[in-house]
Amino acid sequence: MPTEQFYYDNKTVKRFAYAVLFWSIVGMLAGLWASISLFYPSINLGLPATSFGRMRPVHTNAVIFAFVGNGIFMGVYYSLQRLCKTRMYSNLLSSLHFWGWQLIIVVGAVTLWMGKTSGKEYAELEWPLDIAIAVVWIIFGINLFGTILKRREKHIYVAIWFYIATWVTVAMLHIVNSVELPVSMWKSYSWYAGVQDALVQWWYGHNAVAFFLTTPYLGLMYYFLPKAANRPIYSYRLSIIHFWALIFIYIWAGPHHLLYTALPDWAQSLGVVFSIMLIAPSWGGMLNGLFTLRGAWDRVREDPVLKFLVVAITCYGMATFEGPMLSLKNVNAISHFTDWTIAHVHIGALGWNGFLTFGILYWLIPRMWNTPLYSKKLAGTHFWIGTIGIVLYAVPLYWAGFTQSMMWKNFTEEGQLRFQFLETVTHILPMYITRSIGGTLYIIGALIMVYNLRKTIKQGQFSANELAEAPALPAVAETHGRTYWHRWIERRPLQMLVFSLVAVAIGGMIEMIPTFLVKSNIPTISSVKPYTPLELHGRDIYVREGCYLCHSQMVRPFRDEVARYGEYSKAGEFVYDHPFQWGSKRTGPDLARVGGKYPDSWHYNHLLDPTSMSPGSIMPNYGWLFDHELDTLRTPSMIRAMQRLGVPYPAGYASEANNDLSAQEASIRASLKGDKISTGGNKEIVALIAYLQRLGKDIKAAPKEQTAMKDGGALMGN
Amino acid sequence: MKFIHYIERVGGVSVYGIFSLALFGLIFGVMLVWALRADRNMIKEISQIPLDDQTN
Repeated sequence: MPTEQFYYDNKTVKRFAYAVLFWSIVGMLAGLWASISLFYPSINLGLPATSFGRMRPVHTNAVIFAFVGNGIFMGVYYSLQRLCKTRMYSNLLSSLHFWGWQLIIVVGAVTLWMGKTSGKEYAELEWPLDIAIAVVWIIFGINLFGTILKRREKHIYVAIWFYIATWVTVAMLHIVNSVELPVSMWKSYSWYAGVQDALVQWWYGHNAVAFFLTTPYLGLMYYFLPKAANRPIYSYRLSIIHFWALIFIYIWAGPHHLLYTALPDWAQSLGVVFSIMLIAPSWGGMLNGLFTLRGAWDRVREDPVLKFLVVAITCYGMATFEGPMLSLKNVNAISHFTDWTIAHVHIGALGWNGFLTFGILYWLIPRMWNTPLYSKKLAGTHFWIGTIGIVLYAVPLYWAGFTQSMMWKNFTEEGQLRFQFLETVTHILPMYITRSIGGTLYIIGALIMVYNLRKTIKQGQFSANELAEAPALPAVAETHGRTYWHRWIERRPLQMLVFSLVAVAIGGMIEMIPTFLVKSNIPTISSVKPYTPLELHGRDIYVREGCYLCHSQMVRPFRDEVARYGEYSKAGEFVYDHPFQWGSKRTGPDLARVGGKYPDSWHYNHLLDPTSMSPGSIMPNYGWLFDHELDTLRTPSMIRAMQRLGVPYPAGYASEANNDLSAQEASIRASLKGDKISTGGNKEIVALIAYLQRLGKDIKAAPKEQTAMKDGGALMGN
Repeated sequence: MKFIHYIERVGGVSVYGIFSLALFGLIFGVMLVWALRADRNMIKEISQIPLDDQTN
């Protein structure tokens, strides 16, 4: 059969590789900054942009979408061409994809620093960027499928299945979770409210981990591990089972982020069962990776690439063992809202994603520049510093999480809570410091890599277009043995796309549709009323400053939480919350019942200088709230938006809302005046105080037996 | 669009869990049978693809 000559596009791979190196450092530095601000809050320099609530989303978005995102594209653009024995479908699309993605990252970082956020974790970017992400993702999809369709290799290797499943599922997750109503250029409200918003968000959030941080990287593992070890994957049959079981089960696991919350009980149980089952395909994949190295372990000692890959796969195994364990309700009762979760995700991020990316970079760059790595020794140094960094990062946080949870739940013999919330925070500060040291080591390792790769690039000769040849795909494929239906899918990318979509969509639909359609799942509480216009402004400020990143609004039905915060949270309390603000971490105490707990002046002084009210507090000062004026011109559009989302303000209320706002503002200023605090008119701080004082108040007004009875049945599912 | 509750109560919620487990079991079973019965030579050929791309 005659062979055809063609060129692989290395230029796009190079661009993505440079982006990976650049964004890895940026993302990690943002993380380090945020971690330092937990024990040294004044590192925020008194600026809004650098306070924890804004740095943290910058860090998570930079690491997930900039570092790992570019890592995915680098690996996919390199491996896909070679697995399909063809150049990428379109140079123009490759270019648009690269520059489009970088533009989204830059604008995303700037807007997050400016406080433009939708307030949903890992999906914080506002609506114009959501649209841009969808456009760039479609460009990537056309390029991906175009390449697969014009391939010269008749089989579609398992790595490509992972890429296809990634593409289609991320598209679905992004679109469903980003349904929002724009209020202005950089502000929108989530279409969903309360429990429904929470369910959609964590269905998205968990599957962002699954289909952005895991499946594409498994695809990369299935390509780069055989390449680096120079031997085929241990069991290709296992990889098929791994693939289908993993994508099918992953999509159901989201509700494990909402255990003991006001989410209906049946949905929680569904999430737990599938999370436990996840351990099987995850470990199947890990073992498939590690067994590939059987008989080649001596090379692991020599080759830095294999070292990084082995630790990455081991961390994948650790994280995917821990994940199901954390999904058990009795473990989750201890771990949730603590630093345990942070440790868990960093085993994944630093170990699995980080080390796999580093391994691929150390393998890829010498090849594309036709030169050996500048220094194997430096790569070895990076490996050890990075590994120690991961340990020093994770172990203190496991310790901190467990310790703090035990302190929260500790009662004296008289039945009183033993510790103030703040005591549990100051107790674990040494662990936070150690964590930052671990993070610093990890960054030093990454900087050593940047230096090493820069030297490699300098000494090499880059081939932007790499010559290759392969026979054209025959029109009629030869078959091996008996032909089964799976071959019909496995050789055709579009069937693969449809089947993957069906597999992941079923899970999403069964979980979500009942919560949206069935009334008994969200029992209404008649005393829960929509927010006043001033409170709505305050809520926007609460979202803008990222308060939800440290404060939950979800009292779980535990003795200690009810004693500390008050009555446990009910699904019906959140029906006007667009977006929901349950949070996922308690660096500070829960705020679901904070309304009326302190006088207005307490909040005023606390936000001006938290240590004045709570000595030892690690909350930053929010000085700018005392200067910024409230933008009351926005009030009518905010009310109209809420009305469109189904919040029952009276007809025509938008035009009168500012009158109510002024009246409520005047009353809060009067109450502050009573405590000898005078504040200027229309300041943001007053709106935020109004919102905080509203939290949890409605339910206190409700007749006791009504909320207890109505809720009890549906919440506990019996 | 508002989310209107079309159904007043959810009947037999346990069926969701059973249905999803059964669905998974079915798909997993079929995949398992296929993967184990697939032709040995084809599996071997496919697993060689990454090593057969002429780059290093």
